[in-house]
Amino acid sequence: MTNLGGIAIEHFIVVSAILFVLGVLGIFLNRKNVIIILMAIELILLAVNIQLVAFSAFLNDLTGQVFAMFVLTVAAAEAAIGLAILVIYFRGRGTIAVDDVNRMKG
Amino acid sequence: MIQTLAFYLFALLVIASGVFTITARNPVHSVLWLIMAFFNAAGLMVLVGAEFIAMLLVIVYVGAVAVLFLFVVMMLNIDFAEMRAGFIKNFPLGIAIALVLLAELVLGIGAYKAGALELGVADGSAAPMIGESNITSLGTLLYSKYIFLFEAAGIILLVAMIGAIVLTLEKSAADVRGQQDIGKQNRRRPEDATEMQNPEVGKGVEL
Repeated sequence: MTNLGGIAIEHFIVVSAILFVLGVLGIFLNRKNVIIILMAIELILLAVNIQLVAFSAFLNDLTGQVFAMFVLTVAAAEAAIGLAILVIYFRGRGTIAVDDVNRMKG
Repeated sequence: MIQTLAFYLFALLVIASGVFTITARNPVHSVLWLIMAFFNAAGLMVLVGAEFIAMLLVIVYVGAVAVLFLFVVMMLNIDFAEMRAGFIKNFPLGIAIALVLLAELVLGIGAYKAGALELGVADGSAAPMIGESNITSLGTLLYSKYIFLFEAAGIILLVAMIGAIVLTLEKSAADVRGQQDIGKQNRRRPEDATEMQNPEVGKGVEL
């Protein structure tokens, strides 16, 4: 990595770690709203992507960036499927509260 | 100097956007803050020389995923004030989990800085930065070493697309009534479908 005026890999790790924790916190705070939970998952994946790219630059190894692309792919697929499930769930029930999702409970 | 400034700007904004994403009262605002977070993360990636991933982030996340979120949030007619009811109740548990996770990450970073485990340092010989630009070397690597993973990623996207369409396809009553049954059409024989009649003069034909 080129020296960015005192910015080292640790700075990127800290930013990514904070973002990851924020994502997990978002899942716990918005237990009722599935849309916000999906957005929190996107935040987590974004944190992982920042980490992969930072280490890729740090180690002068492009594999990290290739994997960041695959994470991006899976995130897009996950968002599409998740939102589709959300739409049909809302169509059937008229609500998206996570607490009510217990029809499959034995 | 300017890079340090840019880093702190992007880092601060990405974290602030993350905070607002999970705490915003209105989900539409949440999506907009998420877009802000993606933009600033893209800035962070540009800073370390990964321009292609940064542009991909803007195009795929902001252009597709965030807009998809926005559509769904606006399409679903939900009473969001009622959904926020558990926010305060879940707050202590959420903070506790977040603190545990943060402590683990800090410990991990500390251990990494201490350098106890010597697993060696990558010198870029496995996947070196080749070519004149980031996108050239990334493309070279993607189409040679990771070609099968690349194809698998394409299949994942295809499956996701078909899955989303099949899940949300609504069968309306008009579709069911006017539906074509190809098997029934193929099973039809001339002898079942037609019959010869020789009606007498002045009498009708019973069908």
